[in-house]
Amino acid sequence: MVGGSVPVYDEIILSTALMNKILTFNSISGILTCQAGCVLENLSLYLEERDYIMPLDLGAKGSCQIGGNVATNAGGLRLLRYGSLRWDCEKCEMVLADGQVLDCLATLRKDNTGYDLKQLFIGSEGTLGVITAVSILCPRKPKSVNVVFLGCETFEQLLKTFQLCRGMLGEILSAFEFLDSECMRLLNTHLKLPNPISECPFYVVIETSGSDPTHDGEKLHNFLEEAMTSSLVTDGTVATEDTKIKALWSMRERVTEALTHDGFTYKYDISLPVERIYQLVTDMREHLGDRAKSVVGYGHVGDGNLHLNITSPAKDPSLLAAIEPFVYEWTASCQGSISAEHGLGLKKRNYIYYSKSSQAVALMGDIKAMLDPKGILNPYKTLPDNMK
Amino acid sequence: MSGRVLVGVKRVIDYAVKIRVKPDNTGVVTDGVKHSMNPFCEIAVEEAVKLKEKKLIKEVVAVSCGPQQAQETIRTALAMGADRGIHVEVAGKDYETLGPLQVSKILAALAKKEDAQLIILGKQAIDDDCNQTGQMTAALLDWPQGTFASEVSLEGDKVKVVREIDGGLETIKINTPAVVTADLRLNTPRYATLPNIMKAKKKKIANVKPADLGVDLTSRLEVLRVDEPPQRQAGMKVETVDDLVGKLKETGRI
Repeated sequence: MVGGSVPVYDEIILSTALMNKILTFNSISGILTCQAGCVLENLSLYLEERDYIMPLDLGAKGSCQIGGNVATNAGGLRLLRYGSLRWDCEKCEMVLADGQVLDCLATLRKDNTGYDLKQLFIGSEGTLGVITAVSILCPRKPKSVNVVFLGCETFEQLLKTFQLCRGMLGEILSAFEFLDSECMRLLNTHLKLPNPISECPFYVVIETSGSDPTHDGEKLHNFLEEAMTSSLVTDGTVATEDTKIKALWSMRERVTEALTHDGFTYKYDISLPVERIYQLVTDMREHLGDRAKSVVGYGHVGDGNLHLNITSPAKDPSLLAAIEPFVYEWTASCQGSISAEHGLGLKKRNYIYYSKSSQAVALMGDIKAMLDPKGILNPYKTLPDNMK
Repeated sequence: MSGRVLVGVKRVIDYAVKIRVKPDNTGVVTDGVKHSMNPFCEIAVEEAVKLKEKKLIKEVVAVSCGPQQAQETIRTALAMGADRGIHVEVAGKDYETLGPLQVSKILAALAKKEDAQLIILGKQAIDDDCNQTGQMTAALLDWPQGTFASEVSLEGDKVKVVREIDGGLETIKINTPAVVTADLRLNTPRYATLPNIMKAKKKKIANVKPADLGVDLTSRLEVLRVDEPPQRQAGMKVETVDDLVGKLKETGRI
């Protein structure tokens, strides 16, 4: 997304693909220990046979490696329920720039002995050390999963639906995602995916996961009845079967794919106060006018994370100049994050100051200098070119 | 004509689930496994609901034979637009040996009882792949049948059915009452919308026992053994064409 793992000048590529062994799995604590090169989907399949699941789920699960997920603190669709890797990654084993192997690999849930070094490495995008093995706390596989696809007239109704969801579904809520009508148009046009319900300005995908189908079904039924009678929701459909669940999820998961067919895509992954999320999309549309082909908003609204995407027929530097720094300044004005989950990598490293103070960035620079004095670990990434 | 259509819906293991054979090889694991409506039955329900929307028929009755959970399958049909349901209770050993012969006897009895004009079924179930229930039901009732339907239209007291056959498409016209079985391309089943799902909770599902219909469930088949298909062996790469010919001769292929 941000070129974090793309070599740019004179780097040597280090691949952990052969380090793909699962080391241990404790079925009482749910802690899985494996090498960094394990592919996320393979870990999911291994766990599902043992009645557990990975705490994270991404579109790229078929090819992404868990070491990379931890190095980038990958988010995904289940974050709302199971937390980020900062919560779920128990321990990791790392190799430092000087070749030292730092073994913090224990399989304990609680350990308050000294500074929690792994937190420094999680999300460091490979710039402080190479992760070689991880321990992940895995949740039990839910016995009952329901997916609901709803349509809302306005973003305010969508937010009220979210509040209603939190209140009535409570602990069984496992995902709350949104997409706008522009996303639906792209899905219909480029991927020939039909709209499961009628045309609405906003669509919501809600997933519940629990241990008792009857209990969950009842809660869901009550929530849906309330949402319909109070007109927060104008239309919707429910799926309990795997094939239908996959079909409804694909309406959200394949938006990225639909965008690639629309033209050259400018991608922004922003964290904002939840009530302001869609304002950025409307302001951007107004600001760009005819210069852009499509301006769409979708994402993890439950986590306050917007994926703002803009397309043009071909790469257009003048359009890019209109988009940036407008989008970063807008984000900074709400104290938002210019990169909610995609990291800084190559493309966004110089915009770090929109979301972090110069003192904070200076401290980051000190830590980098201490751990990697020769600057050999994933150079040209994450930290800005010119430290203030 | 009563304008009533009977639609059979079967509860099967969801098509996306990985099937496992029981350790004692007597069958497949069904406990705790996701079940759903047989995809061809969904297409059958969709067709019946479409006919009702076009005002060509008056009532759609969804029927399912099985244990308590069969009611969920009937509810799904109701949420798609069926008017009421009939749950024929079959449980335990009887359910394990329930097959097309018994189901067709049940459907035939119900068709007479409900004065049905049309029976629409899926062409086959994805668990046993029998492709027999529709045909047997028609035979028991001495009704005409239009199987593997990819198009159905009502013309007066006749049904025009376009059938998918090996050579292409065959169009036939049959008298009603008749049995039609749905093939994949007949339609695309709708998503049940929220208002309909809510309404479905209030629609009636009647409970009936096979004995009430005078049907004997004894099976004439006995399952001896169930095995997984043999594991596929890995292939091997060879360097030259001569090697390839050599290997083929070695393994007795040529």
